[in-house]
Amino acid sequence: MSTTTKAPNTTSAPTPLGRAAAGTADYLDQRTGLGVAVKTFARKIFPDHWSFLLGEIALFSFVTILISGVFLTMFFVPSMAETHYSGPWDSLNGVEMSEAFSSTLRLSFEVRGGLLMRQIHHWAALIFMASIVTHMMRVFFTGAFRKPRELNWVVGFTLLILGLLAGFSGYSLPDDVLSGNGLRITDGVIKAVPIIGSYASYFVFGGEFPGQDLIPRLFTVHVLLVPALILALIGLHLLFVVLHKHTQYPGSGRKDTNVVGFPLFPIYVAKAGGYFFTVFGVIALMAATMSINPVWNYGPYDPSPVSAGAQPDWYMLFLEGSLRLMPGGAEFVTWGGYTVSLNVIIPAMIVPGILFTLLAIYPFVEAAVTGDKREHHVLDRPRNRPFRTAFGVSLLVAFFILVLAGSNDLIATHFHLSINDITWAFRVLLFVGPWLAFVITKRICLGLQRKDRELVLHGHETGRIVRFASGEYIEVHKPLDAHERWLRVQHDNIRPLEIEPAEDARGVRRKGYQLDRMRQRISQVFYEDRVEPVTPAELAASHSHGEHDAIESHAAEPAQVGGGHHLVEPEGETTADGRNSPA
Amino acid sequence: MKALAARRHDRRAPIVLLLLALLLTGGLYAVLAPTSADAAPAAASADDVKTGEKLFQANCATCHGPSAAGTESAPSLIGVGAAAVDFQVGTGRMPMQMNGPQAPAKPVQFDQEQINQLAAYVASLGAGPAIPTADQVDPAKGDSANGMALFRTNCAMCHNAVGAGGALSRGKFAPSLWDTTPTHLYEAMLTGPQSMPVFSDTNLDPTEKRDIIAFIDQQGNASPGGLDLGALGPVSEGLWAWVIGMGLLIGAAVWIGAKSS
Repeated sequence: MSTTTKAPNTTSAPTPLGRAAAGTADYLDQRTGLGVAVKTFARKIFPDHWSFLLGEIALFSFVTILISGVFLTMFFVPSMAETHYSGPWDSLNGVEMSEAFSSTLRLSFEVRGGLLMRQIHHWAALIFMASIVTHMMRVFFTGAFRKPRELNWVVGFTLLILGLLAGFSGYSLPDDVLSGNGLRITDGVIKAVPIIGSYASYFVFGGEFPGQDLIPRLFTVHVLLVPALILALIGLHLLFVVLHKHTQYPGSGRKDTNVVGFPLFPIYVAKAGGYFFTVFGVIALMAATMSINPVWNYGPYDPSPVSAGAQPDWYMLFLEGSLRLMPGGAEFVTWGGYTVSLNVIIPAMIVPGILFTLLAIYPFVEAAVTGDKREHHVLDRPRNRPFRTAFGVSLLVAFFILVLAGSNDLIATHFHLSINDITWAFRVLLFVGPWLAFVITKRICLGLQRKDRELVLHGHETGRIVRFASGEYIEVHKPLDAHERWLRVQHDNIRPLEIEPAEDARGVRRKGYQLDRMRQRISQVFYEDRVEPVTPAELAASHSHGEHDAIESHAAEPAQVGGGHHLVEPEGETTADGRNSPA
Repeated sequence: MKALAARRHDRRAPIVLLLLALLLTGGLYAVLAPTSADAAPAAASADDVKTGEKLFQANCATCHGPSAAGTESAPSLIGVGAAAVDFQVGTGRMPMQMNGPQAPAKPVQFDQEQINQLAAYVASLGAGPAIPTADQVDPAKGDSANGMALFRTNCAMCHNAVGAGGALSRGKFAPSLWDTTPTHLYEAMLTGPQSMPVFSDTNLDPTEKRDIIAFIDQQGNASPGGLDLGALGPVSEGLWAWVIGMGLLIGAAVWIGAKSS
């Protein structure tokens, strides 16, 4: 504690600890200019919402994965050399297996805390992928990917793919039967690539599957290549967040030009710090109480056996489901003697290709067909973008149906259904489900928008019925306060694109008309069905039509929209045209 | 209105009531549910065959025919042996309750003495596999490591890697093996009930069958890693990662987000 500090130049006598801290800080500041960075970051404002923590789950579970993973590399032997197991697990004693599997067993049963670390690592991986997907859903449905954040969406998307790769390569390392089955499927998919398939498979596996090289190769991919890329991209991802500032939900006082929230220090340092321990705690709790990937159950890899319930981790399950749904027989031999296995190419390459491409390019498509070149920092309420919300839900439904199809055997046994019927039901649902989900979601969004309109124009129902001397009954509506109303009217009124005509005044055809026409068509698909937000004029009209209304008459057109009278004086109300003026 | 308002319950009352109702139902079921009969081996005699025939005529002949030669709706039992009867009746699969993709195990309808009498009768109709001795099925005498290797190549593709059960086509299924007695396991391998293939003694010799029984005997107990989540593999792990993991974490996020504003 007692350091030899030189000049005590503060007025109050500092404690020895305080002096040491100040000394260290000063030392660092004079050499690195740390003070400026700390000052800037400590005062950086972040908006507050629980859904902004979803990305933090991914970050913190990744930290957990790194820490537990370092421990695992100390004991895991990435080798396919053969050995005979002898150890505490009775039913594998004397069995021939690879060094990789044997060291996994040793790690599980003989290394102190090894099994806990393995389970922390694996549960954290499942949580990592789950939180990435949840975070991505939040970003998608609130439109946080709009300009200037499109590139960060692509970075996030790449992180998702890298997460899949990290999970897959790690899952295969223990060299047990289950992961070997997964590798066999991978081998099949690689071989199904037209023309180069079999060469590519020999290249990846270093000979015929399973070969002797795969585990060491996957190990390098898993502990070096992919984590380094993920780490670098996480850095870029967060740098973009700092650079763009964080988006905020709409509300009174929140604009594209400001950020309403709390400073990083001390609020978010405390919150995020606490949340890290929550994430780590939940993962550790799961790892301590729930068994995951009990490789000793599956036994060492041997290409011949496949057990019932052979499935990949949940984030790869959609691929398994896609393969399970594909009817067989769709393969043929071309004139060159090459086999084209459409029964593998379609489910394992085309289906995921479509799903992931749609996800990756959506921000760019939306920007193009909206004609939107403006910066956005205020998020959308999902209901206000019916097409986007419906599209997102239908992608999720397609993904979910594939996940269920990948679990069809467990659904069959647990609900006493015929696996053949389930498979057929999912084949139909894969096409019908997303479409149905799209239509229903869009209708719900439009309905919610109409409800918003209704609320803004007529206020809350109070349940108070008043009878006038004339005998007339009216229900008293309580107008929304300025904050409630702003939330419901602040969004952009987006209409389908309008383009210049095909020919100019002299009848000369315009260049680029065809492209514009296509953009317009897609734009019509996006925005033709819409409920427009309440305009200031409509609001004024709705306030002035009742005979008992005390509001002074505006010079607005008396376009009466529905009934409803106000008896309660709107309090603290903003003027109808100055929608965002703070009261 | 006032009287109603005075009697109004706390809004948590329905949840408490629901929990109480569930507890009551579960408790009643646990008390009233029939328990399965204990198995006890006994020797067969001519008397047993006779009693067994009477039992057969009363309980089985409707489908299997008065002479056990089979009908359109059920197979012949001549030559299936005592082992088949002991398995089918001893696990409650027979007498069948209703037609379905397969006859599921259910509470046993007869006591062990009656089962032995039925078995003696069916065995008297034609030579077939006999009920194994206690020594043949003793898990303590088997080699579980060899059992695991045999199980992986012969059984796991239907019954799952550790015998938790799995799906077959058109509503049929390979049941979980964890609650099956060693004798019934042996008999199932020997006689191949329903969709299961027969594992004859040339295919898996009696020692190997005992090794498999030794392996199964070790499964379904506490897993070294904690709760086994049904030993169903990554699907149930993924489900719990979402339900417990993401459930708790999103709950915590909402709590942290709600505290400030």
